[in-house]
Amino acid sequence: MADVVEITADNFQAVVLESERPVLVDFWAEWCGPCRIIAPVVEQIASERADSLVVGKLDVDKHGPIAARYGVQGIPFLGLFEHGQLTRQAVGAMPKAQLEQQLGLAS
Amino acid sequence: MAEVHNVIIIGGGPAGLTAAIYAARANVGPVIIEGYAAGGQLMITTEVENYPGFPEGIQGPELMQMFRGQAERFGAQLITADVTRVDLSSRPFGVWADSDELRAHSLIIATGASARWLGLESETRLRGFGVSSCATCDGFFFRDRELVVVGGGDTAMEEALFLARIASKVTVVHRRDEFRASRIMADRVLNHPKITARWNATVEQVVGDGVVQGVELRDTITGAVEVIPAAAVFVAIGHDPNTELFIDQLDLDPSGYIITDGTRTSVDGVFACGDVQDAVYRQAITAAGSGCMAAIDAERWLEAAPHEASASGHHA
Repeated sequence: MADVVEITADNFQAVVLESERPVLVDFWAEWCGPCRIIAPVVEQIASERADSLVVGKLDVDKHGPIAARYGVQGIPFLGLFEHGQLTRQAVGAMPKAQLEQQLGLAS
Repeated sequence: MAEVHNVIIIGGGPAGLTAAIYAARANVGPVIIEGYAAGGQLMITTEVENYPGFPEGIQGPELMQMFRGQAERFGAQLITADVTRVDLSSRPFGVWADSDELRAHSLIIATGASARWLGLESETRLRGFGVSSCATCDGFFFRDRELVVVGGGDTAMEEALFLARIASKVTVVHRRDEFRASRIMADRVLNHPKITARWNATVEQVVGDGVVQGVELRDTITGAVEVIPAAAVFVAIGHDPNTELFIDQLDLDPSGYIITDGTRTSVDGVFACGDVQDAVYRQAITAAGSGCMAAIDAERWLEAAPHEASASGHHA
């Protein structure tokens, strides 16, 4: 299974903004129930799309300023970054097919 | 045709997992399709204080992990997939999980209920940007701001009390002139210095361009419309049963709940348990109890019914 990268304030620039490939970032927190529901879905996407997509998770509790920069006000917030820009997003726990559709990830 | 199972259980909350434990111990060989929201509503709660056997309380997700482990220990087969379609008109019944077709002589439906939304375009547009149904998730983003909670039940009271620890002010908007929440919860809200009740008001729209800035309310008595400022709106107006899959296939009541006699539904061999058929109690313990009932009913039905199934294994 492909790893879900731990994203922090230190590696956000390199891993997300300067990535050649699109990056899916799961903004989450320990105390967020729906984040626990969506986590296995995110892991599944990471393993299925290991060749085309980088998948990471960012703890909003530890890295609030990054979440604030992108206007995150509800989690789980799944943001798709392409060439350093947030291009698609989905908020809340939802089935995998619906998540992929909202993120524009063709199957 | 696909392998025919004795029983497929749809839903992985307290009802479905309890049905799986009982059916597995009875050697019925249950298959349980847990769906993306495996664990059900307890996964989005924190402390559960009223589940018997845990005098110190237990975290909802931890409790569901224990249910799941118990079902697996007795050989229940767990499938993590979303059921997209069922066919209750053919026998054996058909169940489609993602793209796989499964067949079973009997079904236990335990798909639960989901938080209800107001149904406003502005609400959908601003979801995640100040519109939320989870105070414990999203309250964090609104420290020292003015917030609105919509609803009058126990969930609304819990959300308001949680948010009052974070926000500068919380307004609870309710369409009636008293809360239907339990007395103890309503009193805590009404006596809280940071919480104000706004009676007899409905939400016309959520105001904001990009992020929530306020809520437009209509007074149900005078008809007057006003906008109150708010950085976020937490919707807690109840739950709807997850029965879209069964429309036109099972008898549902006007609110969408599956109509049951015991756990029997309108289709012979299809049983329902938990919140999907319970608009009244909706507790983890009652869901678990009815899951046990459904498993026993399904097991007896399988023994008595004139089909090829036996209580000991699968048939190709």
